[in-house]
Parts: sequence; C-alpha cells; structure tokens
Amino acid sequence: MAISREEVLYIAKLARLEFDREKVEEFTHQLGKILEYINKLSELDISDVEPTYHVLDMVSVMREDVVGQSLPQEEALSNAPDSKDGFFRVPKIIGGE
Amino acid sequence: MGYEAVIGLEVHVQLSTKSKVFCSCSTEFGAPPNTHVCPVCLGMPGSLPVLNKKAVEYAVKAALALNCRVNLKSVFARKNYFYPDLPKGYQISQYDMPLAEDGYIEIETEKGSKRIRIKRVHMEEDAGKNIHGEGDDPFSYVDLNRAGVPLIEIVSEPDISSPEEARLYLQKLRTIMRYIGVSNADMEKGELRCDANVSIRPKGSDKLGTKTELKNMNSFRHVQRALEYEIERQISVVEEGGQVEQETRLWNPHLGITETMRKKEEEHDYRYFPEPDLVPLVLTEQFVENMRSELPELPDEKKKRFMDQYGLSAYDSEVLCSSRELADYYEKAVSAYNNPKAIANWVMVELLGRLNKESKDVTQSPIKPEQVAKLVELIDKGTISGKIGKQVFDIMYKEGGDPEAIVKEKGLVQITDAGEIEKFVDEVIAECPEEVQKYLKGKTKVIGYLVGQVMKKTKGKANPQLVNKLLREKLEGMKG
Ligand SMILES: [Zn+2]
Repeated sequence: MAISREEVLYIAKLARLEFDREKVEEFTHQLGKILEYINKLSELDISDVEPTYHVLDMVSVMREDVVGQSLPQEEALSNAPDSKDGFFRVPKIIGGE
Repeated sequence: MGYEAVIGLEVHVQLSTKSKVFCSCSTEFGAPPNTHVCPVCLGMPGSLPVLNKKAVEYAVKAALALNCRVNLKSVFARKNYFYPDLPKGYQISQYDMPLAEDGYIEIETEKGSKRIRIKRVHMEEDAGKNIHGEGDDPFSYVDLNRAGVPLIEIVSEPDISSPEEARLYLQKLRTIMRYIGVSNADMEKGELRCDANVSIRPKGSDKLGTKTELKNMNSFRHVQRALEYEIERQISVVEEGGQVEQETRLWNPHLGITETMRKKEEEHDYRYFPEPDLVPLVLTEQFVENMRSELPELPDEKKKRFMDQYGLSAYDSEVLCSSRELADYYEKAVSAYNNPKAIANWVMVELLGRLNKESKDVTQSPIKPEQVAKLVELIDKGTISGKIGKQVFDIMYKEGGDPEAIVKEKGLVQITDAGEIEKFVDEVIAECPEEVQKYLKGKTKVIGYLVGQVMKKTKGKANPQLVNKLLREKLEGMKG
C-alpha cells in the first residue's frame, strides 16, 4: 500500500477529522489506490519540465492600493455561531497557535 | 569550557499600505473590531484574493535595501494550520519561491562592523488578533481587522552570536525600513515582530547544537533579555550533563524567563502547496530597477559618507544615521558651522542624552540645529568656555532661545581679561594660605584646587587656561 494506516490517522488529525475504525481502513485503501495511480507520473522523465505553479497562463495580476468598502460589523459577524461586543467569540485558546 | 551562542532571527515587518494585501479593506489601526473585513479576508467561500501592487513595491524596496537578489518569479503558497485568528485555515505566504534571497546588513558592534547575512525575504498576510478572556471567562475574542495586512518576513542566517548583536540587528532593520518608508517598524505596536532560533556550542566548534525557538518578545530590550536567559539556560542544561530539547519556548516578561510552549512532536506540519487562487508574481528587470532608483541614500551609505566627509568614527556615524531625521539635523548644524566633530559630540551627548531620557526623538527637539552650531561657534571663538556651553545648552533646552542671546542676557561671556582675572587670583591666594604653603613646598598638584576656587568665584566664566597661567606665575614669584 502507498500509504500506511498511521499516515492516514496523522492526516486526519491535521485536518481535525475523526473516523471510526472501519472508515480508517476504507480510507487507507482508497487513498493508497489514488496515490498509486498518481505515482504513475513518476515513471516519466520530467527533469526538463518546469513545475506548473498555476494552470492559468497569466502572471502578476495586481490591484492598486485603494481602500474600498468593507462589510458592516453586524454582517461580518452574522455567520458566526457566537459573538460578543463586535468580536467573534470562541472557546478559550490555550497554549498559543 | 566556554560556549558561544548561534542565533538566527525571523522578523515580520508590517508594510504601511493603505489597503490589505489581497483585498481592499483598510489597514488603519484602532478601528472597532471586525469593521475592516470583507468576504476575502474573512475567508468566505467563493471569494478571491487580488494582490496589492503597492505591497509588492514596498516588499521589493525592502529586499533591495537589505542587499537581496530579487527573484523575478515568485509564487504564493498556502501554509495550513488551524487557529481562530486565521479564518481560511491557511495563511497565504511564500515558500519554495520567495520574493528575494541572499542579502545582508551590517551592524556596528563594540568590536567593529559585522555583516549579518539574510537568507530570504518573502511576502505574506498577517493573521487577526485574539484577546483572551480574563480570569474565569472561558472565551477568547477574535478581531479580524488585522487579518490580511501585508507583511514581509525577513529570515537571517545564524550569523548572530550574542543577544546584543540581535538587538543591533533589529534596530538596524527598523532604521532601514523607516529610511525607505515602507514601514514604521515600531516593535511596541507590533509593526515589527521577532522570533529567534537559538542554540549553543563549545567555542570554536563548527557544529550546530539543538536549537530552541523563542517567541513573544515585543521590544528590543525583551529580545535581548530573553536571549540572555535562554543562552544561560541551555548552558546550564548542558553543563549538568543534560541535552537541550528542540522546542518552542515563550518569553515570560513578568518572570524574566522562557517557558516551554510546545515540544518537537507537537510542532506544526504546515503542508505548504502553491496557492491556486493567485497566479505567480513575475516582475521585470525594469520594475526592480525602478524600485532601486526610488530608494533614498541608505543608512550604511550615509554612514560611510559621514565617516569620509566629516571624519567621524564608525560608531558616531552609525548613531547619527540611525534615523533620517537625526542625520538631517546633524547635517543642517554642520552646514551652519563647520566643526563636524564638536557638533557630533554636542548632538550625541547633550541633545540625544536629554531627548532619550524623555523618550523623545530628534523631531521633538526644542533646540534647532542652527542653534547647536552657534553654540559650538561661541565656544570655538572663546566667547564662552565649554563648561559654560553646557549651562547655555541646558537653558536652550529647557527655556528655548538663541545661545548668543542667552550668553548676553545671563552675563556668561568668558573673562579673558588678565587684569580682571588677576583680582580673583589674588583673592584666592589670600584666602587659601594652607594650599599656597603646600604648593611652595613642592606639592604643585594643589594648583588644581586653587584654579577651581578662582573658577568658582567667577561662576565658571574665567578662561581656565589663563587662570592656570596667572596662578602659576604668582605662586612661583612667591617662592623667591
Ligand atoms: Zn477584506
């Protein structure tokens, strides 16, 4: 298999996702298949090919430094599950980032 | 065994654009929470970032001023992690294709000039601000006004070998950013932020020890203190036979110590990948050269010119060039009266001494550069003594006014008339028979005391050389 169960659990943890045992088995299998398929690409010699950083054939799209309209505070907070005094309110964060 | 420290700094500088880096929300500080936000900087689905041209110009200028090579092609990347001040779940940054690389700046240490290499300069967006509830309050409060404000990250090579050098490096960065006008770079306001990587090794070794990362140092003094503490801590760990652990530590300014924030196994895995919402940034040579031509005379260029043109030491030049305003002040004074060394002294010792004590800068000086020049001229011409000069300077600083007027008004003109001084000399000889006897018995050093007495009588106005000469003549005459 191209990916181990531990790696799947690790990625799930990074993505803040939780799965039961069966799902983990299933995903390990599926992700492994996908990776194996993608790995076909490594059969090609791409030493002369520049990496594709973007699929669009455009570069340097920029805007002028002009201040525009922001959202009203009420609207900015309207999708939040919880807010207070103009702030988004979240469970207390301990231990930095 | 002696140890040496190996320090590398990661510095974030806020660019002073009017709008954010990927949306048109204002960057103005101090607005009510969550009023400078829009779908882009709130990370709402379907919104797309568009790069601010001014931010690119500022970043390129900064890179050039740091002697970096600007990469004509750079690519934005997503740095993935979860934290409430990061609405998208990733920060737009640059990773394998940064804006600029391989620069350096020079700092002036007690041992002379030292070059600190810069590994890279890249662009990224700032995160929001969290305010943690106090006491029993189980909540944190998030303000996203700062999310999306443009930053550059400046990563140094581990060329810094002491806490003091780290402070000098940061101060130099601030000076450069202010000179080129891309940031106010005030640490207290968070416009310049610094993380440090620090390790120790036996002196002379070329191996790198295990490093710790330090965070939460929000002033130059705190950076220096945190590093001093951390270096001492690592040395005692090693000397007690232990091993330094790779971890992130937080500086606790109240206790004056660093504390574990997270261990190595808890370190982030950012899973960078190219930002699909932004096309690569491709600059032309012409654009880069335009930015270069807009740069003013940089601090180091100015410093070298001050050394050549005014004959000042490297240290003095570094101090006088620490801000554009101070350098301009000095040059204005020198152009009013040509004694660069004396003027440098008065500006650095008397003026900066007083201003620093009041946490002011030269733009708030109550004394004009021309007035400093005039004061030096009065001393050079012998109108007043250096000592009286300090008195005049004090009056100028506290009450204002031109030095000439003060000297006249307060009757501070130096007494250079031998006849007048002789009167005081005679008085002192009559009043101090003991000291005179000592002198006559060969203890000629006592003349210093007698000169002092004459100066006291004349309130410091007598020409000290003349007093010395007259006293000596009189006393020698008494020996006969
Ligand atoms: Zn916005």
